Amino acid sequence: MHELSIAQHLVEIATEAARDAGARRVTRVGIRVGELSCVHREALEFCFDIVTKGTLLEGAELTIEEIPVEVYCPSCDRVSRLESIQRFRCARCGQATADIRRGRELELDSLEVDGGEESVGVTPDSLDDRPVQLPAESS
Amino acid sequence: MKPRILQVRTQILKKNDELARAMREAFVAAGVYVVNLVSSPGTGKTRLLQTTLRRLRSRGYDVAAIVGDLETDNDARRLAESGAPVRQIQTHGCCHLEADMVRDHLAGWDWEALDFLFVENIGNLVCPASWDLGESLRIALLSVTEGEDKPLKYPGLFNTADAAILTKLDLAEPCEFDRVAARANIDSVRPGMPVLETSAKTGEGVEEWIEFLCGRRDQFVRSLKKSAPSC
Ligand SMILES: [Zn+2]
Repeated sequence: MHELSIAQHLVEIATEAARDAGARRVTRVGIRVGELSCVHREALEFCFDIVTKGTLLEGAELTIEEIPVEVYCPSCDRVSRLESIQRFRCARCGQATADIRRGRELELDSLEVDGGEESVGVTPDSLDDRPVQLPAESS
Repeated sequence: MKPRILQVRTQILKKNDELARAMREAFVAAGVYVVNLVSSPGTGKTRLLQTTLRRLRSRGYDVAAIVGDLETDNDARRLAESGAPVRQIQTHGCCHLEADMVRDHLAGWDWEALDFLFVENIGNLVCPASWDLGESLRIALLSVTEGEDKPLKYPGLFNTADAAILTKLDLAEPCEFDRVAARANIDSVRPGMPVLETSAKTGEGVEEWIEFLCGRRDQFVRSLKKSAPSC
């Protein structure tokens, strides 16, 4: 089940992005998954819940936008949506085409977070960020 | 408080993709042609690879293989009989290889001197599709014992391949395997993809496969010379 690896990679980049933005907590993770990406939706949701435990993403909702496959047909000079991923043909003229324009996506799109940028000024966050002087302690 | 939305727009497998890209650049710079073999379990991948390594060696090529295996080292031992250097990646249940596993298993190896490096992926027709290993050629194998409609069930994987091989051709008749239908199905999910047919047992089609590989590698080497800066 490669969804476990995918969930781990997802948590890693989402955590990085959230930290960079100074977020305290991630409440929603929006991803885009192409129809050709070989990702099983339920398996990914299951793995996501497991892998997020104890991270900034714990309890976050995972929203998955499914992207249909679109191919380019040179004869029609047009991009069309595939009727079935078992048949790579132009929807208009029926010509076979392997020129895929969409449908392979496996992307982190957006995050909904609490904390960070908006709370400028004296908030617990910015206090936390102040360098703290500790006597002779190295990390 | 209103939640903040961060637009991220990043590949989820960014780390793997970036590493694979760097590896591909290193392989290309060293003139190493890397071939990733993907299939279901039991397609005769190991046996075909064994023959492939032997034949390429007898043609004077420097070849090596990295073989992914869930637990055992049987495949690696069988491949080493060809005389080629072989390393094994034990994935302990992980159903596909990732770029860092391949990189880690190249350590201490004189891989830059190779002409061909084969990576035998884990037997699985779903998971390996998403993971770029830095290869130059991805081959999907389909054994005649699996039936003609396999490509339609796994379009995602067949779609990332550069060529397909129908293996165990010697069993085509007893299995009532319909070659024409199999080829049509492959073409339906990946129009224009070359399809080869082999039997490692009888040797049928193996020479054509070797020719195919050498031809692809020649193209690869020629394109390197063309892109090299002239002094
Ligand atoms: Zn058309």
